Amino acid sequence: MSLWEYANPARFMRLTERMLPVLGALAVLTVLMGVIWGFFFTPDDYKQGSTAKILYIHVPSATMAVSAWFMMLAGSLIWLVRRHHVSALAAKAAAPVGMVLTLIGLVTGAIWGQPMWGTWWAWDPRLTSFLILFLFYLGYIALWEAIEDPDTAADLTSVLCIVGSVFAVLSRYAVNFWNQGLHQGASLSLDEKENVSDVFWIPLVIAIVGFGLMFATLVLVRTRTEIRLRRASALMSRQRRA
Amino acid sequence: MKALLIRDLTLAFRAGGGFGLALAFFLLVAVIVPLGVGPLTEILGRIAPGILWVGALLACLLSLDRMFALDYEDGSLDLLATSPMPMEGVVGVKALAHWLVTGLPLTALSPLLGLMLNLPGPGYPWLILSLLLGTPALSIIGAFGAALVVGVKRGGLLLSLLVLPLYLPTLIFGAEVVRRGALGLPVQTPLLLLAAITAGSLGLLPYAAAAAIRICLR
Amino acid sequence: MPDLGKYAFTVLSAYGATIVLLAALIAVTWVQSRRAKSRLAEIEVSSETGSV
Repeated sequence: MSLWEYANPARFMRLTERMLPVLGALAVLTVLMGVIWGFFFTPDDYKQGSTAKILYIHVPSATMAVSAWFMMLAGSLIWLVRRHHVSALAAKAAAPVGMVLTLIGLVTGAIWGQPMWGTWWAWDPRLTSFLILFLFYLGYIALWEAIEDPDTAADLTSVLCIVGSVFAVLSRYAVNFWNQGLHQGASLSLDEKENVSDVFWIPLVIAIVGFGLMFATLVLVRTRTEIRLRRASALMSRQRRA
Repeated sequence: MKALLIRDLTLAFRAGGGFGLALAFFLLVAVIVPLGVGPLTEILGRIAPGILWVGALLACLLSLDRMFALDYEDGSLDLLATSPMPMEGVVGVKALAHWLVTGLPLTALSPLLGLMLNLPGPGYPWLILSLLLGTPALSIIGAFGAALVVGVKRGGLLLSLLVLPLYLPTLIFGAEVVRRGALGLPVQTPLLLLAAITAGSLGLLPYAAAAAIRICLR
Repeated sequence: MPDLGKYAFTVLSAYGATIVLLAALIAVTWVQSRRAKSRLAEIEVSSETGSV
């Protein structure tokens, strides 16, 4: 049986109905584990003091905020190529989640930056590109809301998502150009020297996995909502015609 | 194709067509900013590249929503879709017409506004060159945004929300060229990147815009 | 409760803001899901009685 079988909405609904309780429980468990470990059982950083604890929400939400866009891109491509409705609706369902995660990344970053850099906001490449990502989410959601016909909306938002991805990457490089970053380097790179030490690393990875599972749960629930609404409006129009 | 271009240009030059509006708006931005920031010449000279580029960008944005919407409403877009000309060509001609009535005159007007904003002397050639290179990208990206919202009633605000993020790379590199040029720094890298964005947009976005229009006309 | 030192307010407000935003997202998702479920159930019932 191929994976595409689950692109059938009815089959998707049945599968996710069984999956959701397990996935949701796992998500709650890992988020709590990572964040509680990070908050209560990690030492303070010698330079940043207790603010290092913000890491366990800041990095996971930022990671998932970017991943969410990639998921939307994949969903849009699948919709345009194979015309599976579930794929388009999943992309639609992911957008608000990604937007809120971007917002969390920005807000926690601003709160962190205040004592560390002495400013709430700086036009640092990473901060700026996240703000730009937020704008892209806004535009994408607004376009979905503006178009009435669902298939037209799915098509146009998919095109926007693909073109937007290219321009989002371009913006990322463009803001790097100013070359005056305050933001610290990668916390999770494979390069040992740049990496944070193990005491911080393990709970951080758990928290990232947890946020990933939470994202998946929320997207599944929202996709199911979209499928139900789509079916409801289809039934409505059939009734009106009858 | 030529007929469509001429028709679009005549419509634009007719009263209320948007030709004068974009230029007047550009002029207004250059007048408003010194009134808000204060008349200190060294501050104005420092921010002039950014103001001029932001002004050009907003002026381009002004007339975008009528690019396809008017033709969509009176049905001529359907006629164009059934004509032998490919939709990509229609988009290209529309963007060209938009550039001829906004981008090109804005570029021509920009040195004068640079003078008002006290842009340092070595910046002028770079200002003209960067606008000449960058405004075609603004027009074609705008055409893509306008194509997305063709079917949306009163899509002007939505259009700005969609198009402005897409304008950011062009804005950043364009303003950077002028800033470096005004300070006498080497400008080669941002200039090449700006040219690359314009070339890439001109090459690829007509297809995306045409696809969007076809979807809307379905 | 760990000793957060002089940055207590910073850390707690970051966590607080995150919890508020996530709670809002989850609440909205839940309410929308419930609403869609009941709407669909309603329509399915009426369409069955209507078509027979």
